[in-house]
Amino acid sequence: MKTVRTGYVRPIDFRSGHVDMTHGSGGRAMAQLIDELFLAAFDNEYLRAQNDQACFTVPPGRLVMATDAHVVSPLFFPGGDIGCLSVHGTINDVAMAGARPLHLSASFILEEGFPLADLKRIVESMAKASREAGVSIVTGDTKVVEKGSADGVFITTTGVGVVPDGVELSGDRLRPGDVLLLSGTLGDHGVAIMAQRESLGFSTTIESDTAALHGLVAAMLEVAPKALRALRDPTRGGLGTTLNEWARQSRVGLVVDEAALPVRPEVAAACEFLGLDPLYVANEGKLVCACASEAAPKVLEAMRAHPLGRNAALIGKVQEDEHHFVQMDTSFGGRRIVDWLTGEQLPRIC
Amino acid sequence: MRYIDEFRDGKAARALAQTIAREVDSSRRYHVMEFCGGHTHAISRYGITDLLPPNIRLIHGPGCPVCVLPIGRIDDAIALAVERHVILATYADCLRVPASKGLSLLKAKAKGADVRMVYSSADALKLARENPDRQVVFFAIGFETTTPPTAVAVLEAQRLGLGNFTVFCNHVLTPAAITHILESPEVREHGTVPLDAFIGPAHVSTVIGSRPYEHFAREYAKPVVIAGFEPLDVMQALLMIVRQLNEGRAEVENEFTRAVTRDGNLKAQALVAEVFELRKSFEWRGLREVPYSALKLKEKYRAFDAEARFEVKTKPVADHKHCECGAILRGLKRPWDCQLFGTVCTPENPMGSCMVSSEGACAAHYTYGRFRDAHRTADHAP
Repeated sequence: MKTVRTGYVRPIDFRSGHVDMTHGSGGRAMAQLIDELFLAAFDNEYLRAQNDQACFTVPPGRLVMATDAHVVSPLFFPGGDIGCLSVHGTINDVAMAGARPLHLSASFILEEGFPLADLKRIVESMAKASREAGVSIVTGDTKVVEKGSADGVFITTTGVGVVPDGVELSGDRLRPGDVLLLSGTLGDHGVAIMAQRESLGFSTTIESDTAALHGLVAAMLEVAPKALRALRDPTRGGLGTTLNEWARQSRVGLVVDEAALPVRPEVAAACEFLGLDPLYVANEGKLVCACASEAAPKVLEAMRAHPLGRNAALIGKVQEDEHHFVQMDTSFGGRRIVDWLTGEQLPRIC
Repeated sequence: MRYIDEFRDGKAARALAQTIAREVDSSRRYHVMEFCGGHTHAISRYGITDLLPPNIRLIHGPGCPVCVLPIGRIDDAIALAVERHVILATYADCLRVPASKGLSLLKAKAKGADVRMVYSSADALKLARENPDRQVVFFAIGFETTTPPTAVAVLEAQRLGLGNFTVFCNHVLTPAAITHILESPEVREHGTVPLDAFIGPAHVSTVIGSRPYEHFAREYAKPVVIAGFEPLDVMQALLMIVRQLNEGRAEVENEFTRAVTRDGNLKAQALVAEVFELRKSFEWRGLREVPYSALKLKEKYRAFDAEARFEVKTKPVADHKHCECGAILRGLKRPWDCQLFGTVCTPENPMGSCMVSSEGACAAHYTYGRFRDAHRTADHAP
């Protein structure tokens, strides 16, 4: 009886195997990893063609391109992981131009010794996020570096999309009299990550808000394509940083109403405890919008009708200010600056 | 958020502001120093000055442990990590403070020094247990609030017989600094610098109690009102101070009754007394040498004293000659009176102590209040 099947290749051990240097060598092991993991998960016609690039037709409009490197630690956190984050992050960067995202590329830097089970979980999470967003991963790259040269896995994604003619969104288009809209609660992602860091040792029920926002953007553009001035997802550095970037780009002043800022009580409590300000904590599923004041009610209505904009709020306005300050009317009754962050936002001791 | 929102309520703030406005004597000024950086931060962050009548002037005191830490001591900490190859465990606040030669702990870390950020002295102790073949030095800074946990770490290290854990002690004392300010010639010669009353520390007072301030009220005839760090605490304390001054009283009053007693935390005080003793003198950045204002480890805990083990010899480092921090900390000048403020001296590149931490007078004003500088009125002049 014949016991050896011709053409049999032992499948990759996704249960207990680890990434080794051969997975990035360009040889058979790498080809197998691509076939059994990446191709199986991301499956689409471009990847199946097995070329070093994807070739596709672009619909009419202007092309938008954005890239984002993801190095989050821990890799898995409540509400998500580095996989879905790397898909959402780049989709959002493309979408903030008012674009419809088309395709993504993904490049992996893997650390020797990284558990294949974790890699599979991450890749499957990317695949799910990409499927749900309707934005396919059409080309990619994998490199393996020696143990100690990376922290598990780093993922860089690049996205392309198309902006329809007539939509002009940019951080330098804010004008005095415009208003600021925020799509939901602040700080969920950053606090979820901080709570997971082992040195802190406290637990919360807060989940990351990681989500792809292009659907919300489309809903907003549908009701007021001309009235929107700028969109941005306040990720690293939070809302405070985004607003300062806009004030500088547009050479205007901004005034925010603290009482109008949506913050979950548990996020507020964690920030209090850690000495953080929710204004500067990262979000991964929120956007801030500057728009002409007369269009604000219908844009806000469209945002609230979308599942990712249920807690949307009008949070402030644009004014003339030669100093380009971002100021805040505090709930307490005073006024203060919302300044650029100095260094990284580190907890205070007393 | 329960127990927090109640103390940040805008409606209550407006009501208090009205009472203060009604009770102030418009024919005089009220010069009140809040000693603590925690109060300075709350005042700036919540915009409390907007709610006060113009004749109440707040003077931001030296109660920010990171701000008053001399550059020489940060140089020492960096040298321990770089030259003696220890694991230096530090609170996050110290990481960015500029030291000599363009260094900071953060930059030394980037160059390969083993600097670890910890949230407590217990974390530093844990590092020592996890790295038995490395020397671990805990960079201990802070006022009376952070001193008891350092004492606990030393006692615990002794109990465990840890031979690789030491403390680089920079703990300083609040009452000594207040005395130093009150004894400074400008304040003593009546009329040069008006200083009418103090808002007393919040967290420090939970440890030392309200008793140590009774001396200031008595000897210097200055009211002291101990207040919590929430904005309503500050407003309430100001009202209590206005009433004392109007009535000619100079007493210690306690607004922060939910946490502070007259005697304070006796257990914490006993721990501190067991492990530490007074230094004859210690340099405070901005105030220079202040007698009996800091602590060191007692001789019997010498084995856990980094200064003894590594023979630390601190070299004093002078601040920029135009830096006005010393005058600002005494209420002689205000941030915008300094020619360095907001130009060469910013939170990104602090030249003096008051710009170093977000609790410093200059950093708080720069970060939260500098929009006022454009339209400052004569009303706010001293």
